[in-house]
Amino acid sequence: MKTQTENKTQEVTSKTIRIAGSEAVVRSLIAEGVDILYGYPGGAIMPVYDELFKFRNEIHHVLTRHEQGAAHAAQGFARISGRVGVAIATSGPGATNLITGIADAQIDSTPLVCITGQVASHLLGSDAFQETDIVGISTPVTKWSCQVTKASEIPEVLAKAFYIAKSGRPGPVLVDITKDAQFGELDFEYKKCTGVRSYIPIPKTNPEAVKAAADLINSAKKPMIIWGQGVILGKAENELKAVIEKTGIPAAWTILGASAIPTSHPLNIGMVGMHGNYAPNKLTNECDVLIAIGMRFDDRVTGNLSTYAKQAKIVHFDIDPAEIDKNVKTDVAVIGDSKDSLAQLLPLLDVKSHEGWLQEFKDLYDIEFDKVIKDDIYPTKEGLTMGEVLKQINIESKGNAAIVSDVGQHQMIACRYSEFNLTKSNITSGGLGTMGFALPAAIGAKMAAPDREVVAIIGDGGFQMNIQELGTVFQQKVPVKIVVLNNEFLGMVRQWQQLFFDKRYASTEMTNPDFVTIAKGYYIEAKRISKREELEGAIKDMIASKNSYFLEVCVEKEDNVFPMIPTGASVSDIRLS
Amino acid sequence: MNEEIKSFTISVYTENNIGLLNRISAIFQRRHINIESLTTSQSEIENVNRFVIVVNITESQASKVVKQIEKQVEALRAYYHTDDETIYTESCMFKIKSDLLFEEPQIQNIIKDSNARIVTVNKKFFVLEKSGRRNEIELLRRELNVFGIMQFVRSGRIAVTKEEMKITEMLAAFNNQ
Repeated sequence: MKTQTENKTQEVTSKTIRIAGSEAVVRSLIAEGVDILYGYPGGAIMPVYDELFKFRNEIHHVLTRHEQGAAHAAQGFARISGRVGVAIATSGPGATNLITGIADAQIDSTPLVCITGQVASHLLGSDAFQETDIVGISTPVTKWSCQVTKASEIPEVLAKAFYIAKSGRPGPVLVDITKDAQFGELDFEYKKCTGVRSYIPIPKTNPEAVKAAADLINSAKKPMIIWGQGVILGKAENELKAVIEKTGIPAAWTILGASAIPTSHPLNIGMVGMHGNYAPNKLTNECDVLIAIGMRFDDRVTGNLSTYAKQAKIVHFDIDPAEIDKNVKTDVAVIGDSKDSLAQLLPLLDVKSHEGWLQEFKDLYDIEFDKVIKDDIYPTKEGLTMGEVLKQINIESKGNAAIVSDVGQHQMIACRYSEFNLTKSNITSGGLGTMGFALPAAIGAKMAAPDREVVAIIGDGGFQMNIQELGTVFQQKVPVKIVVLNNEFLGMVRQWQQLFFDKRYASTEMTNPDFVTIAKGYYIEAKRISKREELEGAIKDMIASKNSYFLEVCVEKEDNVFPMIPTGASVSDIRLS
Repeated sequence: MNEEIKSFTISVYTENNIGLLNRISAIFQRRHINIESLTTSQSEIENVNRFVIVVNITESQASKVVKQIEKQVEALRAYYHTDDETIYTESCMFKIKSDLLFEEPQIQNIIKDSNARIVTVNKKFFVLEKSGRRNEIELLRRELNVFGIMQFVRSGRIAVTKEEMKITEMLAAFNNQ
């Protein structure tokens, strides 16, 4: 390490004290304002756990039931609060079990600091017990990673880790600390990192690019905005709202952008992407200027790139220069912080309304309502639909709940039908599509925001991927609400098998255990419903409960999620059935 | 952007940290791009390393890869250049039986004509060193191969660019922040 030469640090605030590396880890976390972390102990991280025991009144360690649960809980914590989530694990399997959560945080730009124990430095490379090259394994899925072999390096590396995780486009970092570094002593003083010379977290917004963007937007007849999580990460919700209200531009969102602007806003035209709304997908190929803000033109958003918005001029706002022209060639790129860029843009924009153009979205919404939405949320058939469950949750939570969804059909339904009044309310695994995400992420979210209603929406498949975290819910008494939408299938895969593989349902049918009994085994209040007349009361009871609550809803087995843009099709070829 | 596959020289200025080579090579591996050659060394700036990476890709790929490299926390700057925009060379060594020097007088002419340099001679073998373009080195290898080569090794490309890199300005800006 030669971080001393390359970092900028704050003035010394603490006096030097002689302590062990393990204590330095905990004191560094406290200095960064960490009061909750998620993890699982083991041999190579025991010295740090010993300090966590001593500092238990200052920092709350949450024992998850699997390290993957710890990583996702830290993600949920970060996503709802905007703070850095912290996960900790031992070497070897403890460290590798974090990887799925780290990869998820990398692709969804979630700030995490993951700390792993490592075998003593003299054993590195000797195939020692529980030795694994976690820095090597995690390299492609971390924003930064570092191995510490000396106690004296600990405060500086952790300071750098927190700075990198949360600055610029956030992401996960991993710090691997050998056991001898934990036992070794150092003269501890903590200086926060304020800069790394090789790293420009926030490129300065170029006023000329902003002017060029404003000119294009002002000249547009049929402009459309698609915003992504960059608006939430950049705390630019108010700036975005001001831009759309001044210009009257219809604005759609990606799955991770959901909730930045309230669902009820008249210019909020819904979700783009594979299972997004009909109008914004269809009209992506009709608009004349497409303004992308803090989104990355993921393939699930664009469908076939060669037929994506070819008629439109593209304006792309992003903090990450590598996103510009990565998938869609831009006409004007504004690189910088979304809050700052939008604030500069606002005064240059003309006051407008695009009523005729907005009406086109409303007309297509009416078609979608007739063909899809009506049957989803006001079904007339016997079996319960996922959509009506979400509608009932909206009503009972008054649109103020944070919805933590897993991956699959229920996730698409949750994103399509949840009503959000508050930002940072849609917590889901977007880029990686990690089944098993929701239960631990909901635990982290509820602990970070105890005053908010947190409802996990999970399928019967994903629930069983991290079902062990019910143990964490119980032990920590986390008053999270867990809804399992049980269709006894891996529903999204089954839907594809139905549509594209001639209904050959290869390994998608699930013979499930009695989930209510399992939840009750963890002493969590639990209920199962399967009839429409039970729904309202069950959701009321769940939301009213002050404790953790488990609700299994047996839904129609072979419902499909529509609209749908089949893989490789154009956004304008979106199907309603 | 031109979609023709060409040879690009990618130059990366970095901090000298463990694991960075892994991080940079992973960017190529993930995109299924074969690295033709890779050389790292000290750069013109104290404590700053320079990678010279040669790949055969399209310009749009080169531009995307360079942005991904620059995105890495410990990479200072990355650039891509065509062969025309760089001055480049490779270096090679041959180990050959000393007897041949006397038995095959033709070898002496080859050495002279190719501007190769004899690094060492002993009773058993002599070592030739040559710097130059790939085709010059290949020609020499083919000519010597007729007589038998005990060992041959060629380095990756090293290159300097015709345009300025402006790394020093970037570092000065950081220090004056």
